[in-house]
Amino acid sequence: MSLLDVKGLSIRYGDAEVVSDLSFSVDTKESVGLVGESGSGKTQTALAILGLLPRQATIEGSVKLAGTEIIGASHLVLNRLRAERVGIVFQDPSQALNPYVPIGMQLRRILLEHGIATGYEADQRVMHMLDRVGLPDPERQFRAYAHQLSGGMRQRAMIASALIAEPDLLIADEPTTALDVTVQAQILELLERIRDNTALLLITHDLAIVAGHCERMLVLERGRLVEEGQTRKVFSAASAAHTRALIEAAPHFDSTSSPAPTDGEMLLNVEDASISYRERGDNGELKAVQGLGLELRESETVAVVGESGSGKSTLVRAILGLIPMRSGRVMFCGRDISGPVQARAIETRRDLQLVFQDPAGSLNPQWRVEQLVAEPLTVHEPGLDGAARKERVMAMLERVGLDEGFAARFPHELSGGQAQRVAIARALIVNPKVLVCDEAVAALDGSVRRQILALLRREQDDTGLSVIFISHDLAVVRSISHRVLVLYLGRLVELADGESIFERPLHPYTRALLDAVPVPDPLAPGGRLSIKGEVPSILEPPSGCAFHPRCRHADTRCKVELPRPRTIDGTEVTCHHAGEL
Amino acid sequence: MSMFSRAFAHMRTSRTVMFSGGLLVAIAIIAIIGPWISPHSYLTTDFDNLVHAPTLRSMNVFGTDDLGRDLFVRTMLGVQVTLVVAIVASVVSLVIGVLYGATAGYIGGRVDAVMMRLVDTLYATPFIFFVILLLVVFERNFLLIFVAIGAINWLDMARIVRGQTLSLREREFVESAKLIGVSTPRIILRHIAPNLIGVVIVYVTLTIPQAILIESFLSFLGLGIQEPQTSLGKLVSTGVPKMGNALWMLLIPATLLATILLCFNFLGDGLRDLFDSRQSR
Repeated sequence: MSLLDVKGLSIRYGDAEVVSDLSFSVDTKESVGLVGESGSGKTQTALAILGLLPRQATIEGSVKLAGTEIIGASHLVLNRLRAERVGIVFQDPSQALNPYVPIGMQLRRILLEHGIATGYEADQRVMHMLDRVGLPDPERQFRAYAHQLSGGMRQRAMIASALIAEPDLLIADEPTTALDVTVQAQILELLERIRDNTALLLITHDLAIVAGHCERMLVLERGRLVEEGQTRKVFSAASAAHTRALIEAAPHFDSTSSPAPTDGEMLLNVEDASISYRERGDNGELKAVQGLGLELRESETVAVVGESGSGKSTLVRAILGLIPMRSGRVMFCGRDISGPVQARAIETRRDLQLVFQDPAGSLNPQWRVEQLVAEPLTVHEPGLDGAARKERVMAMLERVGLDEGFAARFPHELSGGQAQRVAIARALIVNPKVLVCDEAVAALDGSVRRQILALLRREQDDTGLSVIFISHDLAVVRSISHRVLVLYLGRLVELADGESIFERPLHPYTRALLDAVPVPDPLAPGGRLSIKGEVPSILEPPSGCAFHPRCRHADTRCKVELPRPRTIDGTEVTCHHAGEL
Repeated sequence: MSMFSRAFAHMRTSRTVMFSGGLLVAIAIIAIIGPWISPHSYLTTDFDNLVHAPTLRSMNVFGTDDLGRDLFVRTMLGVQVTLVVAIVASVVSLVIGVLYGATAGYIGGRVDAVMMRLVDTLYATPFIFFVILLLVVFERNFLLIFVAIGAINWLDMARIVRGQTLSLREREFVESAKLIGVSTPRIILRHIAPNLIGVVIVYVTLTIPQAILIESFLSFLGLGIQEPQTSLGKLVSTGVPKMGNALWMLLIPATLLATILLCFNFLGDGLRDLFDSRQSR
């Protein structure tokens, strides 16, 4: 008998069926990946297994966990099953942990609640568990609150709370989506190492994660199971078209190449930019960006890459004039445009446009698509009459691949990819010279991400658009970047043309970022752990080279002396040991 | 503006809005034409019919009060005054409060600090003191009530709107508009204000009962509506002591007052749903 047995599970909300006739099983100690794009019903399935579906959901079929039926079970039965039999790790640990209760107490409560251990023994077990998930200094972490931990540490605490009652099944719902790529590798490795006899159901949109960490995989498409089998077999010979499309869409950054460097005219030149935020309360300064430079040529794409806290968003927001710079200047077409966006000439504002990470948030929810796309025209070409404006809007929508039917919709009636297309249409309708994409594809599914990247590339070919592309994920930027700028804690790490960065990374951090990217290939899954720890707090940056606490090659010089940027083989790199390694 | 046309297009589909709106309009129409049709006047006293129960014989359909005045005409007059107070006061607080709050919140910084300290100062002024001050400076008149009620209601509205604006200002669609080059007044009017409507409408439905209550409170103190003019609040307060032997003097104006307040509340609830595009699918 399998540990988890799902038979004919269907979940409906009103008329909308989110999961239909789903059957699968998970054996003891097995690791199974449940893959699908957003809206495929992955999370709904997980909630059904936990008996956590909301009351409005109509559920049919059967879910048996260790022989106990969950559908229709009473609260008493479910409460005993949860934690004892099944643990869960959610996507966002900052929301899953209680902010008012110390981490240790939250774990201790699980032990007490289920009568597993009490008093001193419970404390010992919690401490042991915290130690096992890699939280340093467990005695201190026992009393720490969730906000005192970093994102990765919080997810470790979450894993500890899921596993402390030694369940038979661990469900991890997108456990690393909210984390940096280097931390993702650590967390996945931890899940693998720690679960002993616990079976794992790993829910993710990222095929590469499944490739490296699951024995078996299930693929969902719009609530239906389209593929099931051994991970290796599925990757080598997928039977369903949808699976093949998913594998195709996953970023294979080993097989793509970056476009050759361009020699267009210099368009944008950021010189020695430093940006700091004043801290509330005292006179301290948070130095988000220090002495960074950036050059952008005509029809060139420069990618700005770094983990959270690297200052990549801060840098472009300062370039756009949304936040002030402490020093340095921004030159655009030979003119100094430093200063707030409101103070810039209207033509300059027209030439610099931004696409945000969250397309839904960047579109006014009260406006229709047509109005949204037409707004820049009303500002920059007020002479245009209604009919001509409408014509331009429709032509623009067509350019980004949306038909006329979308014009009358509201943002909430669009999918993520469609909304991002509208945001791009809105930015491009006034023919800007520079488009800044701030994590513009980070929130999108693999196939949609590829379409959006292709759209940007096509626009560049057609109109000579220059793009600044911010991303935390190196794999995403390879296919579009002429040059790549890697940042760490507000300083330049490495700046080189696309090919050099991916083929010959000089800085250990760049190499670590590349190593940490999981590859959708079960035989060579990538996602290697070449650096330890997490990005330190920018409030207390390490001495010397900011990267030294995580660097394998760090020596005493790295701890004291701040490396200056040097140029080696056309690559600008900030490392004492670059070139020797 | 398309936002309004959309709201009105959906209006017919919402029964609560139609019903409460229709009832309010009906009450208003009766209140306006009622006194014309009735044979009685609001100030003629009939000493043969003091405190007379509602009757059809002398066309005193709502009865008479302790001075023998016809209560139907007086109640209708009260409804007129109450509705005018409610609408004018909330329009005043709506226009001033929304623009003031949205401007302070959107511009922020020193401008915000100065504007909101002014609001705090006005807040700190005792209300009665403020009314007496107004009475000293101006003659006692009907308009004074609107000024007084509007003057305190917009303060709350400004604070609520400012708070909302502070969070809206950080939203990406506002930054996007800024980058596109949309001017500040246009951002406030076209991007901030429409997204405030949900909160504002709910708050207006709260200010209307508040305005009505303040009006009756002022009238009770003799600072508001003066005899022989009247309002629903004043009718209720004169009805309360007569409750024992002339229940109709309390019951009729009180029922009307409650109906009007409920209608405004339902109207507010319905309108909020209609203006919220996410629910208008």
